[in-house]
Amino acid sequence: MATKEQYRICQTTGLRVYKSAENLIKANAVVAIVFLAVGGVFGIMVALTRWKAVHLLPADWFYMALTGHGINLLIVWIIFFEMAVLYFASAVILGSRLATPRWAWGAFALMLAGAVITNIAILQGGSSVMFTSYVPLKADPAFYLGIILFAVGTLIATFVFFGTLVIAKQEKTYEGSVPLVTFGATVAAIIAVFTIATGAIILIPTLLWSMGYISHIDTLMYRTVWWAFGHASQQINVAAHISIWYLIAAVVVGAKPISEKVSRGAFFLYVVFLQLASVHHLLVDPGLSSEFKIFNTSYAMYLAVLGSMIHGLTVPGSIEAAQRAKGYTNGLFEWLRKCPWGNPAFSGMFISLILFGFLGGISGVVMGQEQINLIIHNTIYVPGHFHATVVAGTTLAFMAVTYLLVPLIFQRELIFPGWAKVQPYLFGLGVTGISVFMMGAGTLGVPRRHWDISQADAVLPYDFPGAANLMMGLNGMSALLAGLGGAIFIIVIVGSILFGKRIESSSEEVKAEPAKVVGQYGSAKHPAVPGTLVMVAVFFTVFVLYYYVNWKYLAEVWPIR
Amino acid sequence: MSVSPPQNKIWWNEPVPTSELIWVIIAFVWGLIMFFMMIYWHVYGEQNLSNEAYRITAEDFSAKTEAMVEKYQVREESGYPVVRPPPGDDIYLIARLWQWWPILELEKGQTYRLHLSSMDWLHGFSLQPVNINLQIHPDYEMVVTITPTTSGEFGIVCNEYCGIGHHTMTGRMYVVDNEGT
Ligand code: HEM
Ligand SMILES: [Cu+2]
Ligand SMILES: [Cu+2]
Repeated sequence: MATKEQYRICQTTGLRVYKSAENLIKANAVVAIVFLAVGGVFGIMVALTRWKAVHLLPADWFYMALTGHGINLLIVWIIFFEMAVLYFASAVILGSRLATPRWAWGAFALMLAGAVITNIAILQGGSSVMFTSYVPLKADPAFYLGIILFAVGTLIATFVFFGTLVIAKQEKTYEGSVPLVTFGATVAAIIAVFTIATGAIILIPTLLWSMGYISHIDTLMYRTVWWAFGHASQQINVAAHISIWYLIAAVVVGAKPISEKVSRGAFFLYVVFLQLASVHHLLVDPGLSSEFKIFNTSYAMYLAVLGSMIHGLTVPGSIEAAQRAKGYTNGLFEWLRKCPWGNPAFSGMFISLILFGFLGGISGVVMGQEQINLIIHNTIYVPGHFHATVVAGTTLAFMAVTYLLVPLIFQRELIFPGWAKVQPYLFGLGVTGISVFMMGAGTLGVPRRHWDISQADAVLPYDFPGAANLMMGLNGMSALLAGLGGAIFIIVIVGSILFGKRIESSSEEVKAEPAKVVGQYGSAKHPAVPGTLVMVAVFFTVFVLYYYVNWKYLAEVWPIR
Repeated sequence: MSVSPPQNKIWWNEPVPTSELIWVIIAFVWGLIMFFMMIYWHVYGEQNLSNEAYRITAEDFSAKTEAMVEKYQVREESGYPVVRPPPGDDIYLIARLWQWWPILELEKGQTYRLHLSSMDWLHGFSLQPVNINLQIHPDYEMVVTITPTTSGEFGIVCNEYCGIGHHTMTGRMYVVDNEGT
């Protein structure tokens, strides 16, 4: 089936961009950013409420805002953006037309409808059940219905992605294996299918239960299945944002993976192992054996963590190799100093990489150890951890790649480039703050999802140490900083899309410059990356130290068995 | 580049660069160490969760708790019975909207079998400032053996969101020094 569809050739990258794919990427990315704004406002309100001196919202509004924050950011913002990423990684990178754009639009409409329905349910106030919606907390049926519609849309969009891979292969738009970025996106899509299937298993009965058709749902069963879905969905994010790290490194500094085999192998580990680890959410639940907990969370050797640790070497390593090939070979770190730090796509990507590894990765593995979880479970340490993964890691990576999408897909120049330049630093700093201070407060026992830790209305209040309130105050201030960074992002991007100077396009083929390609594959010519090895060594040292510090903390706790 | 197909069509036959290989091996061994650390702690460590849990109805659990209160109540505080069961005994703590009931008074250095269950929704047992955190389910009775090693007044906070009164759900536990009585 030959295609008559229109395409243009991107003048910067030489990529062939089809109209249908371009429009869908635009629509999904724009809606994503709108929900980022909505969820971000909720987040700032939540953080300001937890800052004792401000205590912004009343209790019922707080729990409603927290539900809205989790749903709109963790689910709506991230997944809408991921759909844009999937279309980009298939149609644009492979230079192919999109499979069944109509289905893709249908998916888009379903997701949007679902998101709106769930938001209405939340704002009506009867669905403040948090994004986890643990039974027997009951939300309005519309709350679950919206999420289910959203998931169905996501599933359809994922199949459009797979369809596009097939078309590109058939129409021979590329030769050999798919590029690494597309490979990573495929991993994300495979995990997405698994995730949505699991989500259906738990959310459909819950919907029926909320409507009165099912009388009882076991809480342990709910948490077990819900987290099989909830945890797997986080692996989609990891696979997606790591693909984006590779993408940005390639486009901005011309990096190419040092070894395709190692990078792809690391992605592949995610497919094989990541979905299993979901029991790290249930380490202190009754009714599951230690053997099962330990095996499920580690499958005896942490192979998925291994995957991430490999990317932690190969991504900066590929950048170092590219920079050294350009002649920045002095000392260990000239290549790093000479990176384009003024380019928000690059700085955002690199900050995302560092924070995801050092803050999110290490804390996640540590609290996922069966016994250490005893001193961390459900404290605010947990949100501290996942703001490092899903905000500093995923969200910042998505922001960074948006700075590339504006010229490439929206064909606009950035307005306020000066603001754009500082944005990743501001946001990165703010998120580091919220993440570190929440983790700090968590080690002092501060609970998550809690309106008032001074417990003014409680009969038997417990006084948290002053340091806990200090941490929550610093968290509030960091939230303002992150909020500012988020606001600048939204203003710059929305402003650029609406008012940025148009970039002319043409349908003439340009030759992608092979000059950008660094080195050659094959044994003898592997570039040396000493700077990256030093960074990785520092990372590993911090990891081991922090790991044992936590065992020491645990050892001080009352004996329990 | 990462956005173009691998230059070498049979990329899976490329040799792995030494630096990457070393890192893969280190990370792999580290994963094994972390896995064995958990098993090691089960054998030599003192903080491990028991695997003891039973299905139970709210009525049965509540009855057992009330029996304990009846037998060992020593005083009352803010409307809560304060209970001092003998060391080594089974002790019970009810989680319900929105309180931890009753107040337990334990002896330092003694060991107790603590039973926990919820009468209604999910709750989070969070003993402060010790910082032991457990997930409490309705219909499941969780049993852990604890040995308080510090004395004083301890707070129990709920750290699983359980509705609009969640932040008022608190409890208390006393640990007193053993005077040999
Ligand atoms: C300006 C940026 C942000 C700020 C200031 C912020 C702040 C917070 C705070 C203070 C909490 C509450 C912790 C608690 O009381 O338990 C929270 C929870 C949460 N945040 Fe954020 N956040 C931000 C961005 C994000 C983003 C971008 C995402 C997702 C991509 C996200 C995902 C979540 C989730 C899933 C929760 C947990 C909600 C729950 O416990 O149900 N946040 N955030
Ligand atoms: Cu509770
Ligand atoms: Cu609660």
